[in-house]
Amino acid sequence: MSEIVFEHVTHRYDGDEVLTDVSLALTERRIGIVGANGSGKSTLARLINGLVHPTAGRVLVDGLDVARNGREVRRRVGFVFTNPDNQIVMPTVREDVAFSLRRFKLDATDAAARVHRTLERFGLTELADRPAHRLSGGQKQLLALAAVLVAEPAVLVADEPTTLLDARNADLVERHFAALDEQVILVTHRLESVESFDRVLVVEEGRIVADAAPADALSAYRSLLR
Amino acid sequence: MIGVYRPGRSPLHRVGAGWKLGGLAASVIAVALLPEWWMLLTALCVAAAGFAIAGIGPRVAFAQLVPVLWILAIAAPLNALFSGWESALVMALRVATFVGLAALVTLTTRVSAMLDAIRTALRPFGDRIDPERVGIVLAMTIRAVPLMAEIVTTVLDARRARGAEGSLRAVAVPVVVRSLQTADAMGEALVARGFDD
Repeated sequence: MSEIVFEHVTHRYDGDEVLTDVSLALTERRIGIVGANGSGKSTLARLINGLVHPTAGRVLVDGLDVARNGREVRRRVGFVFTNPDNQIVMPTVREDVAFSLRRFKLDATDAAARVHRTLERFGLTELADRPAHRLSGGQKQLLALAAVLVAEPAVLVADEPTTLLDARNADLVERHFAALDEQVILVTHRLESVESFDRVLVVEEGRIVADAAPADALSAYRSLLR
Repeated sequence: MIGVYRPGRSPLHRVGAGWKLGGLAASVIAVALLPEWWMLLTALCVAAAGFAIAGIGPRVAFAQLVPVLWILAIAAPLNALFSGWESALVMALRVATFVGLAALVTLTTRVSAMLDAIRTALRPFGDRIDPERVGIVLAMTIRAVPLMAEIVTTVLDARRARGAEGSLRAVAVPVVVRSLQTADAMGEALVARGFDD
């Protein structure tokens, strides 16, 4: 597993402190992050991929400072967004998955084989030549996941990947997440999604207010909601 | 106007993307130089034959022209009024042929193949132009078409639901705001996918 370290990380946005002095070391295979809207949990996730940089402190992924080694870190850390429409770049399913490999300059045969394997892994082979914008919400999110994982990152960060999906599609996407070999950091509002995880962080007003096994962390979060 | 690739095994599908893009450029220049309406009608028939060769049905072929029909519906009568019916016919046939030819290329060519062709064509200018970046811009442009259509549809629905059918501002402002938000989000997603330099 990769080691993700937050060293006294503070992040300010438009003068507001979104995260305050967060220090963590994340090494578990399944890590959940829960919290209310605006609590800072998405910012915490974005810091791992270098989509935002700390105002103070630093984030390290396997010893690499995310702010200084963004490219290298993004090879190790994939990111799935809430809205897959924003993540899909190419017109068809196959092309969008293949697009992620362009930066690696792979041999065409190797790239095609990797794309084929990934499409199969996510049950997208039948849809390979379909226009991506005509897929269902669940299929689009699976495509977004496939497009990230074809690049074989060690860590997958997902920011509320099921929020825009109906219950059936959310279950479908979560089943795929559960089956992943990669280290997963999942930001979610669906508390049942992280019940079987190794560790859950509860974020409230920019601070980690609970950091424990799911039972204890979720109980702390539920008491905050009351 | 920008048709989404339709898989197939026709001779047109098998022609390399570079040849098709070069052929499209040459045909557009040739069509622009045709002076008579009957020559342009012949060119349009050739384009239509291209759709048949590519195995693309008349419904899909005609759908490529629909976005420009309303422009022609306004421009052709005005042109006829000021310059005569022959000039209007020439203009309408020319535009229809351009769109038909362009659609024929996009319907029979994967965007990824076009990106590779563009990358190859721009390689000699590699020290001044980043071919990969040009390719990504092209891909994003094509991707933006259905995305923008979705944004406009959603905003029109919202306008109807709120009873503001007559207000142009009720469409323009949210469309612009949502488009900018989407552009921001797509930029962020590109960075997350490693296209950040």
